[in-house]
Amino acid sequence: MIEAILIGLAAGVVAGLLGVGGGALFVPALTIGLGLSQLEAEATSLLAIIPVALVGAWRQRAHGNVDLRTGALLGFVAVGGAAGGVVLANAVPQRALEVGFAIFILFVAFQLVRRELWSVPPAPEAGAQA
Amino acid sequence: MARMPRRRTLTLAAIGTAAGLFSGLFGVGGGILIVPLLVLWCGFGTRLATGTSLAAIVIIAAVAAALHGAYGNVHLREGLLVGVPAVAGVLIGTELQQRISTKAISLVFAALLIVVAIDLLVG
Repeated sequence: MIEAILIGLAAGVVAGLLGVGGGALFVPALTIGLGLSQLEAEATSLLAIIPVALVGAWRQRAHGNVDLRTGALLGFVAVGGAAGGVVLANAVPQRALEVGFAIFILFVAFQLVRRELWSVPPAPEAGAQA
Repeated sequence: MARMPRRRTLTLAAIGTAAGLFSGLFGVGGGILIVPLLVLWCGFGTRLATGTSLAAIVIIAAVAAALHGAYGNVHLREGLLVGVPAVAGVLIGTELQQRISTKAISLVFAALLIVVAIDLLVG
């Protein structure tokens, strides 16, 4: 339980720093730390993401870093994809979901490493981030 | 913001659909797709991309969580147990982001994900 709380805190820091929901860490916190199944952990992770993204977006808005119109548009066009993903998650076997999630986070890790180590320098307005 | 050209709307529709699919399927917000694609395809600066991504995730996660809830997969207590400390974390993370390089954090995050992935694949 303590590890779930600590991973939750870390997931929040990562969410604020990288602009993600933190789900890649919430899911293992819920399976390893609290004993949920992969499917239950994924569903519960989404619930935990809502306040994190809300507070993160609110703080970033105060710093002038939110394009609300684009964010809202992205959110609304994602509804169809999200529905498809949820139906699929409930249809496939548990083990397939675990392996799929593992491959997904390996892809995420690869993306992050590639972006940090081999990418071209960020655009000028992003310069302050580096 | 200037009026959005049609092409840009289609680009955003593609990013949103992919993010939504990953969100529902893997229980994530989809930010890992949204942030780099806003930078690469829409010319956003990194911090504007992360802030905008979080705004989109609020809607995406709410929709995906509600749908998963309809299947009875959502555990409220466990969600609060990781979600409440994470809200404190995100306050720290967004403030830190205004000041420091995110390079080290990205790499630590990547290393952590690799460990979790191996554990899942072996376990």
